[in-house]
Amino acid sequence: MKYLGLIWSNLKRKKLRTVLTLLSIFVAFLLFGFLFAIKDAFGAGVKMADADRLIVRHKVSFIQPLPVSYGVRIGQVPGVQDVTHLTWFGGIYQDPKNFFASMPVDQDQFFVLYPEYTLPPDQLDHWKKTRNGAIVGRSLADRKTLNWKVGDIVPITSPIWGQPANQPAWNFEICGIFDTTKKSADTSTLYFRYDYFDEARTRGKGEVGWYTIRIAKNAAPETVAKKIDEQFANSPYETKTETEAAMMTGFAQQMGDIGAILIAVLSAVFFTILLVAGNTMSQSVRERTEEIGVLKAIGFSGTLVLLLVLAESCVIALLAGLAGLGVAWMLLAIKNPVAQWFPVLQVPDEAMMLGAVLALGLGIATGALPACYALRLRTAAALRRNG
Amino acid sequence: MNWLSQILSIAVFNLRSIPARLGAALSAVIGIAGVVAVLTGVLAIAAGFRKAMTVSGSEDTAIVLRAGSDNEMNSGLSREEARLIAEAPGVLRTAEGPAASSELFVIIDIPKRSTGTDANVPLRGVSSAVYNVRGNIEMVQGRRFEAGKNEVIVGVGAARAFRGLDAGSQLKIGPDTWTITGIFTSGGGIAESEIWTDAAVLQSAYKRPDGFQSVYVRLESEAAFTGFKDALTSNPQLQIKTTTLAEHYAEQSSGTSGFITGIGIFIAVLMAFGALFGALNTMYSAVSARTREIATLRAIGFGRGPVIVSVLVESLILALAGGVLGAGLAWLAFDGYQAATMNFQTFSQVTFAFAVTPALLFTAILTASVLGLVGGLFPAIRAARMPIASALREV
Repeated sequence: MKYLGLIWSNLKRKKLRTVLTLLSIFVAFLLFGFLFAIKDAFGAGVKMADADRLIVRHKVSFIQPLPVSYGVRIGQVPGVQDVTHLTWFGGIYQDPKNFFASMPVDQDQFFVLYPEYTLPPDQLDHWKKTRNGAIVGRSLADRKTLNWKVGDIVPITSPIWGQPANQPAWNFEICGIFDTTKKSADTSTLYFRYDYFDEARTRGKGEVGWYTIRIAKNAAPETVAKKIDEQFANSPYETKTETEAAMMTGFAQQMGDIGAILIAVLSAVFFTILLVAGNTMSQSVRERTEEIGVLKAIGFSGTLVLLLVLAESCVIALLAGLAGLGVAWMLLAIKNPVAQWFPVLQVPDEAMMLGAVLALGLGIATGALPACYALRLRTAAALRRNG
Repeated sequence: MNWLSQILSIAVFNLRSIPARLGAALSAVIGIAGVVAVLTGVLAIAAGFRKAMTVSGSEDTAIVLRAGSDNEMNSGLSREEARLIAEAPGVLRTAEGPAASSELFVIIDIPKRSTGTDANVPLRGVSSAVYNVRGNIEMVQGRRFEAGKNEVIVGVGAARAFRGLDAGSQLKIGPDTWTITGIFTSGGGIAESEIWTDAAVLQSAYKRPDGFQSVYVRLESEAAFTGFKDALTSNPQLQIKTTTLAEHYAEQSSGTSGFITGIGIFIAVLMAFGALFGALNTMYSAVSARTREIATLRAIGFGRGPVIVSVLVESLILALAGGVLGAGLAWLAFDGYQAATMNFQTFSQVTFAFAVTPALLFTAILTASVLGLVGGLFPAIRAARMPIASALREV
């Protein structure tokens, strides 16, 4: 602790250089925070997946519908506890830019399968009594372009399903706004009632997009999935059942290997910063050769000098690194600038930890060479050297 | 002239002293090379995606969809509508009839070769006129599918990216089995991501005997488009949307390529700041290490201007070296790299190659120059402002 003053005055020796080094490391970690937030957003579905939930969809592809009558048959498969169905609606509010996920669901079963969403009981009651009722997630309702309140009637169009019979648009009454109990769950979806949807749509009646099921506590997901698929094998609607996590992983993979690209970018960034900061550190140590000679002459051991130099680089790296991570975290916590791409964007806790470890590593790596130089420096030679 | 020769002599003197401070100079070069490589690499993804989408589109081909739909996936046309469109004025007539292909577009799950996870691969049912409409379809392996049979041909991009899509092998879709008779190219266009079959066969497999989703036509000329469009729009039997393929593909790619470009530029700007601080550091150190030399030069009569310009020249040359290095690395590493991603508009896969275009290389070098100039400017001003007397005494 008593050497802190010494480290501090070394840092202050060339303020501009220290500030510039701090800033370049700061930027690297800011980028680190943002990139990990993006990576996390791509994998958000996987993280949110419930281990007890399976998805049953058409074997050929998810755009192929399944009959609504499958619900009862899936429910009878041993190990299946609850069943509900969802259908992709592709709704748009006024302008294609106002796109969001929207799906008709079974209003009685939906919250049984998705307990992470919470809706006040009076709003749920109201929804169950309102045929054209819809519920929207908090983040969707709060979107600046929408700003929906309970009681609003919103006209929605769908390029997939067209207009409902005898009406220019789907007019939904917002019956409730739901929140979530899970930290990073997405609430930018509109759900409305399947009974209303099926009655009003002009094609595809009696069909649903996919089923979500919850398996019993002691049931094995693979066994249940296999039993369901066997049940419908060789029918016109063969199914593919997999865990929610497996489906979400597959979906994220479709974007391409985001993880590999981000890691390549980050490696390039860190390699560059390491080089630049490392060079600056060794230069500042070399300029102080004479002083290090003095320190050694007045009794500082080689190890102590080595530690002092390392401490100096670690202080710079940690200060700048933690600031970068902190600012990235804070900026995203205040406002998500790309809500249309990523409804949920935040620096995950693991990335904060990893970032802190990396900052320390960067400090040690940049300090290592100059520190060894200081350790090996012969006192007499160092004192003789002038400038 | 005197001024110029002063600049020249200091600049040459500076550059010749670079080997003496190789570490600092190299770190500036590599710092900038890193930024330029990342910038070029990320933008090459967007450029490659756009290229795949736009190379397919020309002004003398058009696509007709149902009014109100923004892509083939949610469009629908009846057999009668398709016939009316094919017979409209402006459509090129060939010996085999009008150059109009009524098509069906669905997606099927096939695992990616790289990850083994399912991907949404587009399966397109086409009419026999398709080769006249698209123009650039060439079989690189095997033969075309035969009409009326469960046969498909596979785009070269799809064959590369998805499992089991090899010429001669069987493809199982639901209850039906299809034979892959060949692999085709389409000049690097989006069709290379797709699997093609006879529309009539696909209609019966999907139990949509009377439905198409789009009609692609080749027009007599680019100028014929307006007449073609007007004829369709004024026909009360049709509720349709007509666009040239060029415009259609530009629309279809805007979401995904905007997304990639947005992220790419964001990363590059942040990185550029990081590298700028590094470059500033290097140049400040270079100037401060030469305090006495610069003061000596000033004492024997060199002006401020030449000192400033010479520092800028040095920093610019280091930056350009970094820029060329970074752009070269990016070109070697990324140009032509094969990838597949999801097109958000149709939720289906597009295979494409990263493209490090000349425009991108130019952007890269320009970025490096700007970084070099800004990184050198402040240190240069400091160098020129140094009080001569005290700087001469500096050790």
